[in-house]
Amino acid sequence: MLYRDALNLALEHALEHDHRVVLLGEDVGFYGGNYKVTEGLYAKYGPKRVIDTPIAENSIVGTAVGMAMMGLRPVAEIMTANFSMLAMDQIVNQMPKLRYMSGGKVFLPLVVRMPQGVAKQLGSQHSQSLEHLFASIPGLYVLCASDAVSAYHVLLYAIRMDDPVLFLEHVLLYGVDFPFEPLEGFDPFRARILREGRDVTVVSYLKMTHDVLKASQWLEEREGISCEVIDLLSLRPIDFETIYGSVKKTKRLVVVYEAPKTLGLGAEVSARVSEELFYFLDAPPLRIAGEEVPIPYNRKLELMAIPTPEKVYAQIVQWGRRHGL
Amino acid sequence: MSFLHEVVFYTLTMSQTLAEKFYYLMKLGREFELRCKEEYLKGNISGFLHLAIGQEAVHVGAVVGFGKGDLFCPYREHVLALARGIEPKLIMAEMFGKVTGVSRGKGGSMHLYEPRLDFYGGNAIVAAHIPHAVGAGYARKLMGEKAGILCILGDGATNNGTFFESLNIASLWEVPVLFLCENNQYAIGTHVSRSSYLKDLFLKARDYMPSVQVDGMDVFEVYRAVIKAKEYIEEYGKPYFIEALTYRFEGHSMADKGDYRSPREIEMFKRRDPLELLLKRSLKEGWLTEEQVRLIDKKVERLVEESVEFAKNSPEPSEEELYSDLYCGVCSDVIP
Repeated sequence: MLYRDALNLALEHALEHDHRVVLLGEDVGFYGGNYKVTEGLYAKYGPKRVIDTPIAENSIVGTAVGMAMMGLRPVAEIMTANFSMLAMDQIVNQMPKLRYMSGGKVFLPLVVRMPQGVAKQLGSQHSQSLEHLFASIPGLYVLCASDAVSAYHVLLYAIRMDDPVLFLEHVLLYGVDFPFEPLEGFDPFRARILREGRDVTVVSYLKMTHDVLKASQWLEEREGISCEVIDLLSLRPIDFETIYGSVKKTKRLVVVYEAPKTLGLGAEVSARVSEELFYFLDAPPLRIAGEEVPIPYNRKLELMAIPTPEKVYAQIVQWGRRHGL
Repeated sequence: MSFLHEVVFYTLTMSQTLAEKFYYLMKLGREFELRCKEEYLKGNISGFLHLAIGQEAVHVGAVVGFGKGDLFCPYREHVLALARGIEPKLIMAEMFGKVTGVSRGKGGSMHLYEPRLDFYGGNAIVAAHIPHAVGAGYARKLMGEKAGILCILGDGATNNGTFFESLNIASLWEVPVLFLCENNQYAIGTHVSRSSYLKDLFLKARDYMPSVQVDGMDVFEVYRAVIKAKEYIEEYGKPYFIEALTYRFEGHSMADKGDYRSPREIEMFKRRDPLELLLKRSLKEGWLTEEQVRLIDKKVERLVEESVEFAKNSPEPSEEELYSDLYCGVCSDVIP
């Protein structure tokens, strides 16, 4: 099943079973969504529950906040994470604060969905990964999904929650076909171990998880390095328990993410592991991440700016050699 | 009794009831805030404290006139909260940062919430609550409820992009919201003539919805305008805009002396103090007696005193409160 179809299935399931669920965003209704995630839902559930909005990001999230305060369960779509910067007041000052500063009196069963990441030559203003901005804010849940099964289950879980959730998708995953078998008792706050290994724990999420899986295959075949691949579905809170458990076994940590290295999610994961497991480690943690530049248009430069399976492979080999792996 | 006599009699009793209600709420608001100022100077209240002294006619006239319906306010909201019926002692305790406060001591002066009375804050980001009101109105309408939403906003908010986004959406989606702009003429220290191209702020909404300007120092005028607006939004399910011209007698907050305004200007507006206007007129028209006024003043004095005693004697939040109320951690089981 395509990643986008799994998201569509989750939205349809929610709309079908809970009359309080509404969708809103630019082009989500009549047009079917710019990435076709909401296709068919407007025809089936009508314009009152699948709501087209003007290009007014702060008010898209703001009206969704108001709807949630009254007991609806809105799922707002921001066309891309880049545009969510226009809604940062609502995302940072409103969504995470209203429950806390009302002493628990306000409920915000609200999901804000948005895709992020580098696609192909979309230029600096359509290619960012911004998860670390959101994941640094107490009061938000930041969830994401890397394949069809997680997309379906995590999004549905987010809609069921009575707390505000920011749900991140990756633009390059929408058209990818994944095996799809719904699971029982899915827990998005539990990181998934997608590949078991002995030598290195590699933590990743969204599209980078697939690059890591590919690199891990090569590392095993060509170098005999065995990687344990952990896929995060929740970026706030992070499932450190699973990460610590794995690192205690492998004694080595690598974090791979597409955003620029500085102050990214890998900084937090590496720091926590260093604080908690310093004497377990056989090597300093390694971050493989984006370069410190806006994403350029030129394809060669664009690929230089972000991790690729080849770079993940090469950097782990090089780092491993320096540290006795 | 002739028909005309009946009308006059009916109008008179109605004015008496209203005058009594207005005077009680405006006097309570005034005395409560004067006491807040005192407690702030004593160090019992901290942070930003924005007083609505001079603007009580707008707050009381709007809340009483609107009646049932959800209320969304900016940070200058003590009098709005009192008029909505939140107990003075719960507001005072909140300002003292006590766990008995209306927001468990985590909100403070700018963040008073009481959803049981349809009171949704208290927002400290200018214009941020306007889309909340629009979304709330959409939700109420979708759920088949009629009451509508009252959204109070300041003159400064009308220069913000989110304000225009929300006006557009409210009209486009036909949402039952009354936007009430209290124009006290100053965005902190900047006069409206130096921040807004349009000097009459109600003109900003006129292309989107019915929009009027009223004297915000006359509680009856605010009340009548709000009643009319409420009838409109309930009948048509569409938004409405009122600009109420008013003035704040104090600085923007306790941190601001307000001395960018000439003493002459302040004096001129104080001559139209909304509380005194109401009192003079009520006594003259026979809507209130001296004895009634004395009793109300006494009741207000007692309530304010009790609220401070309650706040002082209330406990501090426990250490567990630091992390409580951040997430509710509950999942709806409606979706299988």
